[in-house]
Amino acid sequence: MPKSRNDKLQGTLTLLVLRTLESRGQMHGYGLCDHIHSISDELLEVEEGSLYPALHRMEQDGWISSKWEVTDKGRKAKFYTITTRGKKQLADEQESWLRLTRGVTRVLECS
Amino acid sequence: MPWYQRWNNVFRPTRLDNELDDELQYHLAETVDRLVARGMSERDALQEARRRLGNYALQKERTHDMNISAWLDAVRADIFFGVRQLRRSPGFAVVAVLSLALGIGANTAIFQLVNVVRLKTLPVRSPEELVSLDFEKESIRAGAWNGRNPVMSWPIWNQIRIQQQAFSGVMAWGAQRFDLTNGGEPRFAEGLFVSGSFFHELGVNALLGRTFTEQDDGAECTVGAVVSYSFWQRELSGDRKALGRKVSLDGHVFPVIGVTEPSFFGVEVGHRYDVAIPLCADKLFADNGRGRIPESTSWWLAAMGRLKPGWTAQQATAHLHAISPGIMRATLPTGYNPGLAKRYLDNKLNASEGGTGVSGLRKEYERPLWLLMAIAGLVLLIACANLANLLLARATVREPEIAVRLAIGASRARLVCQLLAESLLLAGAGSALGVGLAMLLSRALVLFISTSNNPLFLDLTADWKMLGFTAALAVVTCLIFGLLPAWRATYLSPVAAMRAGGRTVTAGRDRWGLRRALVSTQVALSLVLVFGALLFERSLHNLLAVDMGFRAEGILSVDVDFTRAQYPRDQRLNVYKDLRDRLATLPGVASVAQVSFTPMSGGTWDNLVGADGAPGASGKQSYFNMAGPNYFRTMGIRLLAGRDFDNRDTATGPKEAVVNEMFARKFYGGANPVGHTFQMPGEGGRSDPVYRVIGLVANTKYSQLREEFRPVAYFSVTQYENPFPSATFVLRVEGGGRVEDYARTAIGRMNPAIGIAFRSLPVQLNESLGRERLMATLSEGFGLLAGLLATLGVYGVIAYMVARRRNEIGVRIALGAKRGDVIGLVLREAVLLLAVGLAAGAALAFWAGRTAATLLFGLQPYDGISLMSASALLAAVALIASYVPARRAAGLDPNVTLRNE
Repeated sequence: MPKSRNDKLQGTLTLLVLRTLESRGQMHGYGLCDHIHSISDELLEVEEGSLYPALHRMEQDGWISSKWEVTDKGRKAKFYTITTRGKKQLADEQESWLRLTRGVTRVLECS
Repeated sequence: MPWYQRWNNVFRPTRLDNELDDELQYHLAETVDRLVARGMSERDALQEARRRLGNYALQKERTHDMNISAWLDAVRADIFFGVRQLRRSPGFAVVAVLSLALGIGANTAIFQLVNVVRLKTLPVRSPEELVSLDFEKESIRAGAWNGRNPVMSWPIWNQIRIQQQAFSGVMAWGAQRFDLTNGGEPRFAEGLFVSGSFFHELGVNALLGRTFTEQDDGAECTVGAVVSYSFWQRELSGDRKALGRKVSLDGHVFPVIGVTEPSFFGVEVGHRYDVAIPLCADKLFADNGRGRIPESTSWWLAAMGRLKPGWTAQQATAHLHAISPGIMRATLPTGYNPGLAKRYLDNKLNASEGGTGVSGLRKEYERPLWLLMAIAGLVLLIACANLANLLLARATVREPEIAVRLAIGASRARLVCQLLAESLLLAGAGSALGVGLAMLLSRALVLFISTSNNPLFLDLTADWKMLGFTAALAVVTCLIFGLLPAWRATYLSPVAAMRAGGRTVTAGRDRWGLRRALVSTQVALSLVLVFGALLFERSLHNLLAVDMGFRAEGILSVDVDFTRAQYPRDQRLNVYKDLRDRLATLPGVASVAQVSFTPMSGGTWDNLVGADGAPGASGKQSYFNMAGPNYFRTMGIRLLAGRDFDNRDTATGPKEAVVNEMFARKFYGGANPVGHTFQMPGEGGRSDPVYRVIGLVANTKYSQLREEFRPVAYFSVTQYENPFPSATFVLRVEGGGRVEDYARTAIGRMNPAIGIAFRSLPVQLNESLGRERLMATLSEGFGLLAGLLATLGVYGVIAYMVARRRNEIGVRIALGAKRGDVIGLVLREAVLLLAVGLAAGAALAFWAGRTAATLLFGLQPYDGISLMSASALLAAVALIASYVPARRAAGLDPNVTLRNE
């Protein structure tokens, strides 16, 4: 079974990132990659090249905020947290995602 | 991120870069850790991690671009880079900026004229509410027409004023030129008779004193004059105490009661008003003391209305249609016969958008201006093609550099932007210079079409429309000449481009194809322009060579005005004779005759004519003039049968006429008309006056060089029933000299209050061709420029080809190719470019010629001779231009070229 390249589906990356940040609190970019990869039973792999531009865009849109902190290993990393506006955005995107999958599933089942 | 931080990013891009670096660095470190933990070597792990992260630099750049400010940052960098690039090749920069400045300047100048003549609204309050009032197109009304925009009679204007309900206010005016002097050489002021509502309904305020009110329209007509700001500056030296000072208009004295705001030039585009006086003052200037106000057949006023809030021009037209029958009934002239009266009663008034004022200039010049605009646009397009070609050549030089940048991960869009920044700089500089050039050029154009008899005034101050046009032009040209080369330059595979500068024997074929296409386009477009230039030049030439039926050279016309000399009316025929005798004895004057108006001076007089006893009103249209004895001989008009006017034609004798050939053909079937009679509709219910034809003369042009000959009948001035206190004489002058001085002295001795003005008929004829001359001169200028640019283009591409194929040519020479072979090889290329360009150009030219058809004279829009000459001219020049690099190629030393290999 081929792995889904999630960046092919417009907006899915935002959805995944927002959802992860909502459930796990603050995380850095590497952690996000890792988490999405493992939690999806290795079905989804975030293309590392698209993650950072996406994070910065979301920060500019005010959906997430960031601060620099030092990790357990003593490295400096940029940690992201979801904002209130981000939560609203997440709700919206979740809703439209579910609608989409419901629709697609129905089409698949009936034919 | 707050906006101020984004701003910070523009000026401190390094800090932002560092943060990004840190973040990506952390990601790499964590990935490496994990890979090492799985047993990979540290070096392999780092490589793998980098690979996974993708193009690190691009990644950084894309992330960077997330900041809105990033493009600002990039633009700043690109522009500095562009400036450095251009400073490194000043020759290219100068050529590029100058050719753009010429192209953009020409376009802007013509647009400025289009703008003032067609688009600009009047400098008055809410011009969009103004509508101009007129008769519907097929309306019939006969009578005397005066002024530049004769639309209404005073009775009609008065009825509209009383009956209308569509407008919050209506205003009327009639233009007339006044002489400011008291005898001698006249000095004219552009005058307006205005309704009392004129200024305040337009929303024009007085800078000093006051404007008129409705009360001023009543009894007291010498209340005073309102003058324009420029008149106040010019004639009253801007004196703030000028109120109450007197101006003399045709000898009538008016005190100045107000000065209008500087921005208000009048309501007629192309003309500036100097002095305004109330409508009722018209009677002061009339010979009969009544003037045109009571006359329902005197058409001399134009009118506008200001729409009530919420009304549209269509609604106003509907309203005017509804009240028209009443207005026509109330103003029906008594002199009309029943047929004419019936048609008059059917007349309808309408309202059309008037915010841009009224203008005869617009009717005459709107089409030529749009055409010139298209021509100027083509020139700019050619200049763009030229620049694109130059930029392509530059891009070739930078190919290795661009290849390296692509190879190390520069994004293509970024490189295109960088190359475009350079074009934008050129376009910006070109436009700035172009605007300056346009200011000069548009003023020069106005001077060009302005004549002493009809001075033009156009408000050419820069406005946002013009600046917007130029800015749009700059962006569009930049995209046209910049985008293609930039796109092309970055469209290369790094490997191929880096391979030793692409040194193969016939390299760069594909890129070169684009350049050839550009040059062929240039040739095609310039063919259209050169063809157009020839068409207009040949039209002008045809008009100048046209048989007018008289000899204009050596004719001086003298306008004499003895209004102020107060001769009684029954003396005037004698005054005419006295003036003529005095002029006839002047040294250098071979012959003198009186005439009502000289041909093509703007005067026309027409009426219906019934031949041989048929009633005038049922007849056909003819044109008239009034001439004194000797007129035909003086003008060099051939007398074909019968006799000229002479002293036998007395005021009390039977009325006589001399007719031209067209008249004889139209009314007498071409038979000798001498002895026949004709009659015209009698005025005011009187019986039709009957004229006996005593002579036949050759056809002459009547009011335009372009027209077909018209039927004309001449009456004798010696039989004038109602002689005016002014006269025009034509003098055939021989040997030049100081005839004007002699005439001034002779007439001044007769009575110093007589005004006298001179016009040379050839000069006047020349001025009547202002539009044709403008088209010919400008299209020639543009054609020349286009041809020059295309030649440069051909030269550039051929020289480039020779440079690229040096090696190949060297080998050919080494193998025994002769000089002629090499030259042939190069010229073949040029011939191909030309053939493609000229073929495409010819097709375009046919199409373009059709759009200019109405402006041509004496030739077809698809004139073969013009097209052939244009093609031959372009081909010759382009071949000479390509012969230079061809000779250079033939002179190559194979030893040198091959050693370079």
